[in-house]
Amino acid sequence: MLDSYLPILVLIVIAVAFAVGSVIMSRLIGQKKPGEVKLAPYECGMPPVGSARERLSIKFYIIAMLFIVFDIEAVFLYPWAVMFKRLGLFGFVEMGVFIIILLIGYVYVWKKGALEWE
Amino acid sequence: MEVLFFYLVALVAVLSGLIVVTAKSPVNSALALVNTFFCLAVFYVMLHAPFMAAIQIMVYAGAIMVLILFVIMLLNMGVEPHKKPTHIAWGAIGGTLVLLVSILFIQRGDTARAVGNISKDVVLREGHTALIGKAMFVDFLLPFEIASILLLVAIVGAVILAKKEV
Repeated sequence: MLDSYLPILVLIVIAVAFAVGSVIMSRLIGQKKPGEVKLAPYECGMPPVGSARERLSIKFYIIAMLFIVFDIEAVFLYPWAVMFKRLGLFGFVEMGVFIIILLIGYVYVWKKGALEWE
Repeated sequence: MEVLFFYLVALVAVLSGLIVVTAKSPVNSALALVNTFFCLAVFYVMLHAPFMAAIQIMVYAGAIMVLILFVIMLLNMGVEPHKKPTHIAWGAIGGTLVLLVSILFIQRGDTARAVGNISKDVVLREGHTALIGKAMFVDFLLPFEIASILLLVAIVGAVILAKKEV
């Protein structure tokens, strides 16, 4: 049964090997001519201003918290999807109620302007 | 083969855990913690609990980790200057005690024991996710719907707390 996870393992191994390999290869065969501009942190072509370690707005945090809630909602969908055929219409209505209650929360967040970035 | 793989992943998990507590930069700690989470997900898969593995990655490595990162960014923690750590002895005593108690429980307990009418064979035959789905959507229907209210309260609470005019 664990054999069915072999493709995932292969994928992880390839991903890690590619990442590590790229870094090592560029270390080994890449040219190294460091300059002041080259060593500066890249900031979308803008000259970097100030330290990167600044306090960030609480707005990021509220987006993350809302993300967790809807992430958990998505997690509940997994066992539901597996059981969908056996549960039939009953399961559909059940999950519908669940989603609608959370939809109220989504509408509340939207109307309250928590997703706005003013 | 499977045992060898287990020890390999366990080694990575423990090493990542060590990096979490020893790394100077909090962001490095967070990154190592993600690594530990992925190792735990591998263990869940090996225990035939793929749903737990999915939660481990989606909720812990995904959402909780984002929160931890934002806390690091909000608190504006820089790289710690080289400081002698304190309370190492207490931490070591506490950790060793927890380890001993865990070993005691593992040795006394029978992990493959059937709970109710759910035994190892049932899990392997029916599938872990389907069993959870059955419990959640048939046996514990009301708690499941109440959970949605709980999540709704969490949403409203988050908005009320964070949206206060500063």
